[in-house]
Amino acid sequence: MPIVQNEPRHESNASSEHLLRDDAKKSGGKIAFFQYLTVAVFIFLISGFWKLQVQNPDVYSEAAERNRIKSTPLLAPRGKILDRDGRVIVDNKASYSLLLNRDQIKWEHLPAIADAMGLDFNELAAKIRRMGSQPQIIIKDELTRDEMAFVESHQDASAFPEMDLIRSWKRQYPQDGFAAHVVGYVGEISESELNLPQYLDYRQGDIIGKDGLEREYDSDLRGVDGQERVLVDSLGRTRKAETSKEAVPGKDLKTTLDLDLQAVAELAMDGKRGAVVAMDPRNGDVLAMVSRPAFDPNKFTGRISRKDWTEIAQDKDKPLLNRAIQAQLPPGSTFKPIMALAGLEEGVIDSDTDFFCPGGASFYGHYYACHLKHGHGKISVHRAISQSCDVFFYNVGYRLGIDNIAKYADIAGIGRKTGIDLPNETQGTMPSTRWKLRLTRQKWYAGETISVAIGQGAVTVSPLQILSALGGLGAGAVWYKPHLNLDEKPVLLRRGNFKPEDLQQVISGMFGVVNEGGTGRAAQLPTVKVCGKTGTAQVAATELTKGARMSSSLANHAWFVGFAPMDNPEVAVVALFENGVESYNAVPIVRDVLKAYFDKKAREANPQIARKAPPAKPIPVATIEDTPQPGDTD
Amino acid sequence: MFTRALRDLDWPLLVVTLALCTLGVLQIYSATLATKWHDAWWKQIIFIGSGLVMMWLLSTFDYHAALNRVVYLYAASVVLLILTLVMGNKVFGSTRWIKAGSFTLQTSEFVKIVLILLVAKLLADWKLETLAWPDILKLAGVVGVPMLLVMKEPDLGTSLTYLPILACGILMAGLRWKYLLILLGILVITLPIGYHFLKPYQKDRLVSFIDPDRDPKGTGFQVIQSKIAVGNGGMWGRGAKESSQTHLGFLPVPHTDFIFSSFAEEHGFVGVVIALVLYFLLIMQVVQNAQTAADRAGLYICMGVAGLLLFHVLVNVGMVVGRMPVTGIPLPLLSSGGSNTWSVFLMLGLVNSVRLRRFVN
Repeated sequence: MPIVQNEPRHESNASSEHLLRDDAKKSGGKIAFFQYLTVAVFIFLISGFWKLQVQNPDVYSEAAERNRIKSTPLLAPRGKILDRDGRVIVDNKASYSLLLNRDQIKWEHLPAIADAMGLDFNELAAKIRRMGSQPQIIIKDELTRDEMAFVESHQDASAFPEMDLIRSWKRQYPQDGFAAHVVGYVGEISESELNLPQYLDYRQGDIIGKDGLEREYDSDLRGVDGQERVLVDSLGRTRKAETSKEAVPGKDLKTTLDLDLQAVAELAMDGKRGAVVAMDPRNGDVLAMVSRPAFDPNKFTGRISRKDWTEIAQDKDKPLLNRAIQAQLPPGSTFKPIMALAGLEEGVIDSDTDFFCPGGASFYGHYYACHLKHGHGKISVHRAISQSCDVFFYNVGYRLGIDNIAKYADIAGIGRKTGIDLPNETQGTMPSTRWKLRLTRQKWYAGETISVAIGQGAVTVSPLQILSALGGLGAGAVWYKPHLNLDEKPVLLRRGNFKPEDLQQVISGMFGVVNEGGTGRAAQLPTVKVCGKTGTAQVAATELTKGARMSSSLANHAWFVGFAPMDNPEVAVVALFENGVESYNAVPIVRDVLKAYFDKKAREANPQIARKAPPAKPIPVATIEDTPQPGDTD
Repeated sequence: MFTRALRDLDWPLLVVTLALCTLGVLQIYSATLATKWHDAWWKQIIFIGSGLVMMWLLSTFDYHAALNRVVYLYAASVVLLILTLVMGNKVFGSTRWIKAGSFTLQTSEFVKIVLILLVAKLLADWKLETLAWPDILKLAGVVGVPMLLVMKEPDLGTSLTYLPILACGILMAGLRWKYLLILLGILVITLPIGYHFLKPYQKDRLVSFIDPDRDPKGTGFQVIQSKIAVGNGGMWGRGAKESSQTHLGFLPVPHTDFIFSSFAEEHGFVGVVIALVLYFLLIMQVVQNAQTAADRAGLYICMGVAGLLLFHVLVNVGMVVGRMPVTGIPLPLLSSGGSNTWSVFLMLGLVNSVRLRRFVN
């Protein structure tokens, strides 16, 4: 090992004052010590290189790659949301976003950046702490001119090298909350969402669909972000471009919505609270869906501040609630057609069965009033539907019993989710003996059946549910899954195996509601036979559903469900007018939508007319000439 | 004498030296391509060429003559160091250089040679079997004065390179184990106290040596980037084109203090082993000249040189792999720079001078 070479030494006896050969020989051990030390030093050094270069070269070559390759995300534009004719409902606007590179973040820079971007420092700091190994994070979208100027003037290596401007896309929603609940909105993925299994591939700072179609079809709409890769030097200067990965834009979503109908429905609900849904009962296409009060999704896009968010989320009017699928209210008299069908099918009544309505009736020692104080007199099923006689249906309910009612209601979809392609649909409630036993461990009291028979009591529905139920009846007892994606094939959920004459009896009753001086007469159209049924959800009287009350106001909610034409209906519309007091107040809303549908159809059939007369503006609800009479309440 | 010097030079030592110099020049060329130091490689060739001449001249010169005048050399060194402090050129925040014409000379580099001679002279004169405390204190005193002056520049790295000269001298003169233990004890006790007297940047360097990830963009940067460069080299190296750490500026000074990082990145573990073997041979060849030296003084000179070279390699290469703190001392014969290159060649000249006079006649 140690190189101890012995050169031939010339023995010499010469003397010199410096000659200390013997002494020098004694140093042999010390020199050997030095040589061993040298060997140890070199082993120490080589083992250092061994560890870095042979044992973990990958760790360091990756680190070197991270050093030299700077990749900035190329954000994929989200797919547009279109109506059934391809008209754009939700679009994207190109803008710039501010991105921070984790490796270069200096904490002392953050207050200045937060300040310039109008962000809350603590929120920003928390976000950056949560980044983990994520290399970059977008902290601000849609930069203003001033903010862009700040970034551009501070971006260079000597100032704030962590900042990068990237092109991004800002979601553009219609103004004034138009169709807001259907399309939903996008926002930054939250911490709790990041922990969910379906968001496994998502990262902090990603924009995702938070509600409505944006959420339901997020994976189709979002596209795949690309990456621009450049070679940079230690000062962050670009040396040359590397192979980049292009962004794949998100797929456009073509919806079943009809913008014309949606516009009419929005206008009809102006200033009101409640919901309107229009759908084609033949295939489940949802043509329009409105919920009021609405919110402006444009405020939500991207990175909403915590303050703005709480403000909207805690509004007691619950503007974020999509009442069309999330309200849970007693259907009131809109439930009666189902009762009539159940009665006829079960044979407890036939088309000629009469009951006498003196303005109320007693069951199980309780007096149940009819809404018409002086009574309907002798009344059979057709008039009972069109006049909405409570006493008649008390008797039908008494004869059927709750479980028979529940059987037919279930076929019509009451108490079931419709399965519409929107998140957070509510189920509603259809009471039965089993339902009550399961929920309260109590027996069903026969008296409760009497309330359910007129759509009060424990039975609750969402507007979409009752629309689907009655629309399906009108379409010949076929129930299609309501859907908003035009590319989705119609899905037949259930088919009622009913006697055609029974069905016809019920439909003609509903025709009477509109056309024979019933409560829905305001829905009459000159050219089309409209059928429908009004209803009132008694806010104060509901017992099990008090929790679902929509507001502190105790005024009743008005319902109307209509469809047309009577034979083979093409369109069914529901209107829920919260605190609308009387059921007829919901009728003009539905009428406007139905009229708009058939006007458009006529225009398309005969373009000549369309050119001469532009589509009539929907009539504002306040100016309805056919003012309902006091006796018309149901 | 001149021709004899040529014939009887330590040719193996010279071959190893020139091999290392060649590696150095190539590496300087590759590392500084397209940087503001792109002309450093041919300057280095000039330094090497002139260094070779100095080495040859010094080898013809009897080292005893130098030893006899070493007191004057020492006095001159101290004066020069004081002058450097007073009127030196400030570069990178410290005054280490004296301007001589268009050249800047780092005085502290040449003081090493004087110290090697002085320690050799003192020990040879004392002719002691083992050192006693007063002897050790005397030695520490004469080495300590220039050390403190260089430390004051401030140039902790170079001042530390005086320590191995002292340590080698003490070791070679003979030291009792008891003394050695006591000295080590003193060292352990004084280190924390000494830490207080360090400059903030020196403290940062020490802290970042212990924990480089604490502030990866600050003082730990050099260590981290150097380790990345070394690791990026892998077994066979990235070659001159793919060595991104070197060429994209992530290595702080790829042609001077961190030249071995960039060498390791471009030539990999294989290249590193070859280079280190060359250094090992260099040191061993110097040690061999110590063994054949005609007298104690010659032995002490060679061992001083060997110890100094070993220390340089240990601290510089150790720093490159993160096993030593960043002190900023160059790698002999590889790092670009005139003062260090010349001082190494002068030391090798001394070694050859000892060698040429190994036959006492």
